[in-house]
Amino acid sequence: MSEHISDTIAAIATPPGEGGIAVIRVSGDDAIPIVNQVFSRDIMHVESHSVHYGKIIHPADHSTVDEVLLTVMRAPRSFTTENTVEVSCHGGIVSVRHVLQLILEAGARIAEPGEFTKRAFLGGRIDLTQAEAVMDLIRSKSDRSFHVAMKQSEGMLSNQVRLIRQELLETMAHIEVNIDYPEHDVEALTNAFIREKCELAQDKVRALLAKADQGKILREGIVTAIVGRPNVGKSSLLNELLQENRAIVTDIAGTTRDVIEEYVQVNGVPLKLLDTAGIRETSDLVEQIGVERSRIAVNDADLILFVLNYNEALHEDELELMDQLKDRRVIVIVNKIDLDKKLETDRLELLFGAEQVIYMSITEQEGCKHLEDAIANLFFEGKLEGQDMTYVSNVRHIHLLKQADHALQEALDGAASMMPIDMIQIDIHLAWEHLGEVIGDAVSESLLDQIFSQFCLGK
Amino acid sequence: MSYEAGQFDVIVIGAGHAGCEAALAAARMGCETLLVTINLDMVAFMPCNPSIGGPAKGHVVREIDALGGEMGRNIDKTYIQMRMLNTGKGPAVHALRAQADKFLYQHTMKETIEKTPHLTLRQGLVDEIIVEDGVCKGVITKTGATYMGKTVVLTTGTYLRGKVIMGELMYESGPNNQQPAVKLSESLKKHGLDLVRFKTGTPPRVQKETIDFSKTEIQPGDDHPKFFSFETKEGLPQEQLPCWLTYTSEDTHQIINNNLHRAPMFTGQIEGTGPRYCPSIEDKIVRFADKPKHQIFLEPEGRNTSEYYVQGLSTSLPEEVQLKILQSIPGMENVKMMRTGYAIEYDAIVPTQLWPSLETKVVSNLFTAGQINGTSGYEEAAGQGVMAGINAARKVQNKEPVVLDRSEGYIGVLIDDLVTKGTNEPYRLLTSRAEYRLLLRHDNADIRLTPTGYAIGLIDEERYQRFVKKQELVQLEMVRLGETKVKPEPRVQEILRHAGTVELNNGSDMLSLLRRPELTYAILEPLSPSPYELDDEMKEQVEIQVKYAGYIEKQLAHVERLKKMDKKKIPQDIDYSLIHSLANEAKQKLEMIRPISIGQASRISGVTPADISILLVYLEHYNRVTAAKGQ
Repeated sequence: MSEHISDTIAAIATPPGEGGIAVIRVSGDDAIPIVNQVFSRDIMHVESHSVHYGKIIHPADHSTVDEVLLTVMRAPRSFTTENTVEVSCHGGIVSVRHVLQLILEAGARIAEPGEFTKRAFLGGRIDLTQAEAVMDLIRSKSDRSFHVAMKQSEGMLSNQVRLIRQELLETMAHIEVNIDYPEHDVEALTNAFIREKCELAQDKVRALLAKADQGKILREGIVTAIVGRPNVGKSSLLNELLQENRAIVTDIAGTTRDVIEEYVQVNGVPLKLLDTAGIRETSDLVEQIGVERSRIAVNDADLILFVLNYNEALHEDELELMDQLKDRRVIVIVNKIDLDKKLETDRLELLFGAEQVIYMSITEQEGCKHLEDAIANLFFEGKLEGQDMTYVSNVRHIHLLKQADHALQEALDGAASMMPIDMIQIDIHLAWEHLGEVIGDAVSESLLDQIFSQFCLGK
Repeated sequence: MSYEAGQFDVIVIGAGHAGCEAALAAARMGCETLLVTINLDMVAFMPCNPSIGGPAKGHVVREIDALGGEMGRNIDKTYIQMRMLNTGKGPAVHALRAQADKFLYQHTMKETIEKTPHLTLRQGLVDEIIVEDGVCKGVITKTGATYMGKTVVLTTGTYLRGKVIMGELMYESGPNNQQPAVKLSESLKKHGLDLVRFKTGTPPRVQKETIDFSKTEIQPGDDHPKFFSFETKEGLPQEQLPCWLTYTSEDTHQIINNNLHRAPMFTGQIEGTGPRYCPSIEDKIVRFADKPKHQIFLEPEGRNTSEYYVQGLSTSLPEEVQLKILQSIPGMENVKMMRTGYAIEYDAIVPTQLWPSLETKVVSNLFTAGQINGTSGYEEAAGQGVMAGINAARKVQNKEPVVLDRSEGYIGVLIDDLVTKGTNEPYRLLTSRAEYRLLLRHDNADIRLTPTGYAIGLIDEERYQRFVKKQELVQLEMVRLGETKVKPEPRVQEILRHAGTVELNNGSDMLSLLRRPELTYAILEPLSPSPYELDDEMKEQVEIQVKYAGYIEKQLAHVERLKKMDKKKIPQDIDYSLIHSLANEAKQKLEMIRPISIGQASRISGVTPADISILLVYLEHYNRVTAAKGQ
């Protein structure tokens, strides 16, 4: 067996958003001590293949994060052949992420795509004939995550991170020039200058983290509203989406407004459906609050599914909605095409674009595939940006931002204790790298480019 | 018309800074070595600035010395000024820089070469390399001499199809009007090496007696000079010579702007790629138009010469414009120009065609070092030279090549960058190219590399024992400091107060005190003088290792990971096209670079972490299948 690199990795092992129970798998030399740090009981010496009930405890304030079951498997009797702990969390999507966050802070790193399988193979756990399949798995998983990363790299978070990085890069170039061209007549660097720059960067990183802590961002997904007049088929559409795609039931604290949210994945795109309760109610009651409710939902949404009846002419309420929706990301769903045409579809196509108008008959199961494709296209072409996803949208990002924050703090501490600039530079560089990982860019050649474009050097 | 002129183990072509180190290393390792060069008067010649060292470059000279090379010893014997730069910064970036007596430097190096056993120095212009079945067998000179060699090291500098450019004037030439090597380029191409065209330049030289130094600022050397070689204990008896600082004037910029139409850089006459970090004065004035003045350092070229090097004024403008520019600079109103500045274009090979041992992939037993590999600088050349010499000799001796990794030295960084990433401009070392800058210090080059130099056979037993002793004493002293308690008594508090740090409440040990930023070994020494015989270097070592332990450990943790990746070797018969899951870009790059380890593979641009994972799985599969076949 080849000696391989086995730092400890962790990831959510169950597919995202599937069901109420999620498993976090932790594997590597230090899997057991790392989980032990955040668990209410001592598992350091427990037997292999034993299950333990207990609580995940926040090491800072000792609060309980979740009640869990731990399964401890010692090397080599595990899937990866390494020490492995599996944490079964019961508290829904938010607490799973929180638990993973704590495990990362305790010293694990997030697993690369396909890494558990890779380790299983390198450990001799998987048959030689499967090598090809393992390699394909790594490829496809990483391509998929690359896709998502690319998509995110267009968002607000990326722009802000890029800005912070560029400022850090300029500071770094300044420091490097002082080091590599000591006799050059560039502005000498003071410790105060470096502190000011680091504080500025740290403030910005912390602002991003603060947004993450509001909890909002943990609820990942494209915020989607289904709107339309009563009886156009909103609830049929909702049921169709929930049936066809796996629904995610959540009980997120702080969402006990009258708007209830549900999650679905459509062609791999996570949607957060707003006001599902409202839709259900209005399907039972014939009332006039439909439009008012819709208006509230529309304001919060990234994506609006606007449902109309093929069999009815445009209603005054719908005209009002159209006006409200004209600059928004909208998919128009013309339902009940099995009935006679009375709707002025030309006007809809003119206003929203023909390709955004989907003709369906939900009860006849017609056109559903078109809708799903339309949603996926919007997402993968980058036209759709979830509010949440533009911010710090996942555990990995939060973790990297925290590491960047920490590195900047070390830089500041170094500056405060009058460490030489090349030492402080180590931490600034580290912060810059962590931020680079957030946006998938860590090429250090750009530092040299920066130096030579910012300063006039030469013999 | 050719004749058999001799058989050697190692043949080195070119006696510049790379060639001298390569030839000396090979000969000292016991190989019969030939050093053949166009003009014996140009051995170890400095065609550009008369100085050695500075950040990263000075570190390389220390590394060469720690490995048993010559550059450090040679400059210690021939300097006219020594200066430690960056002393206000951390110990990792302290950088020694010497002004050389460039004539003495050459003569001293030539003498060393002439007196080295197993080493033959011969004047000659090599036209061809002899290659049979992809293996280099020797060289043929212009005069018909055929030298057979088991290995050949090419260090051609800027001589390969060299072309000098000054304004509209252009002619075939090596540096300083030397004969260029024209035919050799063809021979290299014929045997499958890809060439690129690079460019560099040098400023004019002026006569000392015509400079008005009163209008310039003096730049003296250090009062207590340090040295490049770990073996040099005493400085030269002569007084050091200063350099002088002046600036370009508004007139200078005006003259240059008026003559841009005659600047080869802008007229398209120059096809070679020049270095960004070493632009000509015309380039600087165009690119940084709002900078009102640029620094100009005047540096003596030696003790027995009037020639001064005008640092900062590298140019390829026409001769008469150069003179006008010079005379527009304060202090040089009446200056006489002795040599004209020029740009020079030359052929280099694409360095990704090399193994990390510096042997070419297409022609085995052929090694290259220095500017031919796309670098710039004497130190960069010498660093590669010593490695190429070592590995050419080891190939003759049937031994594995020695490859320094990125945590062991700037030489490792330099070579890894060249062979893994390539370069699209003349490559210069900068400390910022090193990930582990704090570990690659001027002071610890011996700790990093002297054991390697000893193992190779370039460091003799006596020197090695001195080195071992030094390390022992440093360790003992650190242990002692940890065990030595200090009480808050008046004489202690007095010293602390005087140094501007807080006084003791309770007892402390010496180690903890030394960690305080305000305190140094020298300040604390009177509290508890060491029972060991420590010299200044050892005390410095103790201080650095204690003071920066936190930062050093941080970098060491990273190095651990690097070493693991570098240890995972990739067999050379792997066919990357068979690994379907690799991305196409990765396949092409891996096929071209043929990395020797997973570590090197991971540093190729365009190879992603997913590709590395796939490669690891493939290797595991490959190894298991190979093992199964073997049974």
